[in-house]
Amino acid sequence: MSRSGAHRVEKGGQLDRARKVSFTFNGRALVGHVGDTLASALLANGISVVSRSFKYHRPRGIFSAGVEEPNALLRVEIDGLAVPLVRATLQPLVEGMVVTSENCFPSVDFDLGRIFDRVHGLLPAGFYNKTFKWPNWHTYEDAVRRMAGLGTLPTGDDKTSFFRHHLRCDVLVVGAGIAGLAAALEASRAGAQVALIEQDGELGGRALHERVQVEGRTAKSWIDAAVSELARAPRVRILKRTLVAGYYDHNVLTALDLSDKEHPDGSVQRFWIIRAREVVLATGAIEQPLVFAHNDRPGIMLAGAMRTYLNRYGVAAGRRAVIATNNDDAYRTAFDLHDAGIEVAAVVDARTNAARNIEEGIQQRGIKVLRSSMVVDTRGSTTLKAVAVDELANDGRSLGANRVWIPCDALAVSSGWNPTVHLYSQAGGKVRYDSSLACILPDNCRQRVRIVGAANAEFAVSSAIASGTHAGREAAAESRPVPRDAGREHRSETNGIRAVRRAPQASAARQWVDLLHDVTTSDIELAVRENFVAVEHLKRYTTNGMAVDQGKTSNLNALAVLSDLTGRGIETLGTTTYRPQFMPVTFGAIAGGATGDLYVPPRHMPAHRWHVRHGAQLDDYGGWKRPACYLRGAETREAAINREVQAVRTALGLFEGSPLGKIEVRGPDAARFLHRIYMNNVTSLQPGKVRYGLMLNENGIVIDDGVFACLSPEHYLVSTTGANAERIAGWLEEWHQCEWPDLDLVLMPVTTQWAVLTLAGAAARTLLQQLPGDIDFSAAAFPHMNYREGQLAGRRARVQRVSFTGELSYEISVPANEAEAFWDELMQRGAQLGIAPIGLEAWLVLRLEKGFLHVGSDTDGTTNPLDLGFGAMVQKKAGDFVGRRSLLRTADQETSRRQFVGLEPVEAGASLVAGAHVISTSPKRSQGFVTSAAFSPTLGRSIGLGLLERGHARIDEIVTVFDEGRTLQARVVKPAFFDPAGERMNG
Amino acid sequence: MLQISCPYCGVRDEEEFRFGGESHVTRPALDVDDRVWADYLFNRINPKGIAYERWLHSYGCGRWFNVARDTVTHEILAVYLMGAAKPQLSEVTPAREAQPKRVRTSEGSLS
Repeated sequence: MSRSGAHRVEKGGQLDRARKVSFTFNGRALVGHVGDTLASALLANGISVVSRSFKYHRPRGIFSAGVEEPNALLRVEIDGLAVPLVRATLQPLVEGMVVTSENCFPSVDFDLGRIFDRVHGLLPAGFYNKTFKWPNWHTYEDAVRRMAGLGTLPTGDDKTSFFRHHLRCDVLVVGAGIAGLAAALEASRAGAQVALIEQDGELGGRALHERVQVEGRTAKSWIDAAVSELARAPRVRILKRTLVAGYYDHNVLTALDLSDKEHPDGSVQRFWIIRAREVVLATGAIEQPLVFAHNDRPGIMLAGAMRTYLNRYGVAAGRRAVIATNNDDAYRTAFDLHDAGIEVAAVVDARTNAARNIEEGIQQRGIKVLRSSMVVDTRGSTTLKAVAVDELANDGRSLGANRVWIPCDALAVSSGWNPTVHLYSQAGGKVRYDSSLACILPDNCRQRVRIVGAANAEFAVSSAIASGTHAGREAAAESRPVPRDAGREHRSETNGIRAVRRAPQASAARQWVDLLHDVTTSDIELAVRENFVAVEHLKRYTTNGMAVDQGKTSNLNALAVLSDLTGRGIETLGTTTYRPQFMPVTFGAIAGGATGDLYVPPRHMPAHRWHVRHGAQLDDYGGWKRPACYLRGAETREAAINREVQAVRTALGLFEGSPLGKIEVRGPDAARFLHRIYMNNVTSLQPGKVRYGLMLNENGIVIDDGVFACLSPEHYLVSTTGANAERIAGWLEEWHQCEWPDLDLVLMPVTTQWAVLTLAGAAARTLLQQLPGDIDFSAAAFPHMNYREGQLAGRRARVQRVSFTGELSYEISVPANEAEAFWDELMQRGAQLGIAPIGLEAWLVLRLEKGFLHVGSDTDGTTNPLDLGFGAMVQKKAGDFVGRRSLLRTADQETSRRQFVGLEPVEAGASLVAGAHVISTSPKRSQGFVTSAAFSPTLGRSIGLGLLERGHARIDEIVTVFDEGRTLQARVVKPAFFDPAGERMNG
Repeated sequence: MLQISCPYCGVRDEEEFRFGGESHVTRPALDVDDRVWADYLFNRINPKGIAYERWLHSYGCGRWFNVARDTVTHEILAVYLMGAAKPQLSEVTPAREAQPKRVRTSEGSLS
């Protein structure tokens, strides 16, 4: 059998007719051939309705043969993976693919949503903005959202394997039509490294679809010769079925590999990021339709697409066709159909005559031409039955009285070809409407880009070759692109277009402009009546051009209608801006392999394996996987946290604090530098001493806190919070390099070189004194806020006696690779002292009991040190520091600011929640909020910290705390709930 | 994506760098008035045309340096070391696109 489907012609096309491909469409089993697209196979099988329209649910058929398709967006399932809104016109037919229509219920042929078509008068542009207002939009949002939108998201994980690739080249040629091939050939011959990217599976572009001669040979033989030369060229890379979708600064372009086959590296879809020294855009042109009543029926198709289906796929779009045009090019369709034995009922031409060679072709074939006429209406529902033709007055604005109905089942429409300038515009290029060529032209661009062939309105084959060759040579020679109207000399063929795009309206029947978003001329009229006459406003008001096809067949017609209605020339209206992507690109492709753990690799602490072996419940804290707590037996998380808190208060706890930021600062000016960074005095700190410090930004806002130690007069060790380790290291570098490069010092982040194991609890000293080493841990020799280094249990150790918990506490840093062994040793030797491993949750409760600040939890982007009660410290500081000047502003010193306080519920057993607001009753408003809260196992009640307006002056006041509809009374207290005198940690 | 020539490492893609805002902003002394301080904190030239800005080669050498960039064309006109004087450059942006240069009005004028 050579035919699959009733609409397949006997011969012709570039199909492998011997090989069949089976697939299903809405449950029907169908057959196509290798070489078919999904669209050509559906047409061959006589499928006229492929979808229902977005708003009115009208039946729609295949409209184009390319990326511009507004109707045939289908759900395609291959190997169990369903993808919505696939362009049937670009999708090669794959054995076993399951295809379904979108936007219809229960089926595409019998769709209940068609009710919206009957009541279309109630649904003008912007109708829901005007309608769903009372009492508010949210009342309707859910129902409208369910009805609006197109396509159904696939469920489950996307199993597609996406890879991201990078490509660099001297000359990137986008589009492998005749112009692109000519450019690539010439650049390659000049020795440039060339990349040629084509969205189709075959090279040749439009010439694959046309019966044309190229330089005196058949198109096929010219293309074959070009492709074989490029394939042999050593520095040429060709990517087929790859769509360039984005054009960014400095000649970076992105492209999506559309193939369904697996590449040798295991990827199915590849996302390319290409950096090209020079770019040649040979992106072709997109044919535009005509606007007339009921121009959306199945069977109506772009004239060029109808030729494509015939010449490339051997499919007849109908048995009796009418061609409606305002230019010469569409006559190719009439001639090709006629020569293939398909009846051409008439060509309806808006002009009085065509070019001489066309007229000869008409004569030879005896084709009937209705001149100065337009198609003004159509009949049919799921298939086209007839078209009405009327004469056009000379001004193109009114019709004659002799309407004639012509029976037909296919209508080819053309209002000329519009250059595909999307990428050019994305590159920053300016485009303009040219009234003599009646299309949008590239005008000028600052990037190193050239635009050739039909994309530059050089429609003739000879023009395309000439401009492509010229651009390829110039690009290879690295000459600067001529910014304005490059290649104007090559534009010879204008197709004799007459810029009449819309039939004068004879009735209230709707004339579609945007098929995908169901925008009609009456919507544009409404927009103009309501003064949305700027193109960007028109677009947003009517949503014309805002659908997933981005108006590839509707933007120009919308401009033409707007021009008609306002009497302003199209060239004065401007165009909307084209932005990436040229066609939808799946997020998965952009993400590539960077998902899950490869997106944010989890960070493990040096003693991680010990924690895992001992019941640690790992959570994510600032990118680190840290033990929240360690579960014993069947214990709950809450019980574990309470037990760990009590272990520290009554015996001994061991906590891993390795993520703590550690930055060494060395050099003669180290102290002077840190003195300018910290809010606290640094220069007065003696070697071996540790001090608490706050870092502010220039706005006076607290950004980090921690301790810093003086190791020697020219050597300091800065500690930061774990979450800010990298950020503070970068912050210090920026101040040093950019503001004070004269200061002689070196900054060295050592966070991951040293593991930090912290012992906290009254027995800490006893345990450390049992370890062999040369550090004297006696209370007299090693007081609180001191630093010592030396040997400890056979290891190099840096020990800071500091406390986050309020207990006697030592932070011991050992080389990271010795952390696990040291941890194990401490646990074993500490067993008789009741040592327990402590998770981060208990650690935070311990610090909350002590009332210590946690920057980022208890502070926000408005908190300055005065709010925290550090005013005295600021007073004592000598000299400038980052943020100091901001603290002098009146607003920074207002006592009405939110200030740091403690909070306790008045009622026994009540509990505070972080995030709850402190409210005043009249007027009813928030005065601040709870920033940290927890149940204190030590005190047996709930405690909290918060930021409260005038908080420092309100100690002992009872306030109302509001949380999710409930209120409770709380007492404002000083933020130190446990051992306020600090006897335990100083002991 | 810009391509930036790090003065220490050579030409690299933008994703290796971090933008650090306008360069050549002088930090005032502690005794300036609120207006001058506010100008330093908040007011930037934001030109349509040549911008002098600082960049960090964060995923490279870790060094800060200066870049002169045309904000209309994104062309990079000069790369120079931190602390070096602003190079004298002529406008690359065509005159018809450029707006009059805005100069800071307060005493803290840095232009």
